[in-house]
Amino acid sequence: MEQLEQHANPQSWYLVLSTILFSIGVMGVLFRRNAIIILMCIELMLNSVNLLLVSFSAYSGNSDGQVFVFFIMVVAAAEVAVGLALLVSIYRNVASTDIDVLSKLKW
Amino acid sequence: MNSQIIFFILSSLSLVSALFVVFSKNPIYSVMWLIVCFISIFGHYLMLNAQFLAIIHLIVYAGAIMVLMLFTVMLLNLNKESEPHKSPLPKVAAIISGGLLLLVLLAAMHSGSLPGYISPDLTDTGYVQKVGIKIFTDFLLPFEMTSILFIAAMIGAVVLAKKEKH
Repeated sequence: MEQLEQHANPQSWYLVLSTILFSIGVMGVLFRRNAIIILMCIELMLNSVNLLLVSFSAYSGNSDGQVFVFFIMVVAAAEVAVGLALLVSIYRNVASTDIDVLSKLKW
Repeated sequence: MNSQIIFFILSSLSLVSALFVVFSKNPIYSVMWLIVCFISIFGHYLMLNAQFLAIIHLIVYAGAIMVLMLFTVMLLNLNKESEPHKSPLPKVAAIISGGLLLLVLLAAMHSGSLPGYISPDLTDTGYVQKVGIKIFTDFLLPFEMTSILFIAAMIGAVVLAKKEKH
């Protein structure tokens, strides 16, 4: 009992931390106009969700959540590769990564 | 007591670096602060006794993805403070809506309750053996699917970034 009290942080701390990180990511997506930084904020959101899944997995003693986190990392890596390729191709066409310039698809 | 101190140091590091990612003027600094944020999350994974994911996180995020980001920022020559000055209204709206989202999520969590937990220090959920057995038995099909996803992403990235012939 002594050992439990000493070691375990309450899980709600991890919940609050990952919620704040997720909100910072959402705020960054809305705040910045640079497409690369928007991609980075999406990574931030993915990471906060990963942290939440790992905390639930570790505190419930079941490894399934960590496997999901592994798959989320795989998808995030693929997403970044395709996103940056799109960005390079956009930059080649309009010489800017400002998302306000990319209004051609706007109706 | 020690683990609480480590938790608060790591949390403040990750929150402050996440804020710097959003508010840095120069994209290079944003990338650097994001690396700091990822390393602090690596520390959180170690605190949660998830060694396998901690190492994978360090290799994939701080290694591969951030190198890709940094390479793109340098390739596109974005290292000057090139963001033009815009009206402050959308920024204020962004901060307000981000804060409101945080408020709503925290309120939703406040009204719920967590199930009883076991200490992460006393379990072996994050060891390579446990996670590896899960991946190669219960999650074998999704694991094989990820290779197809990677092939598709790789081909897609090459096709998209290739110079078009005129």
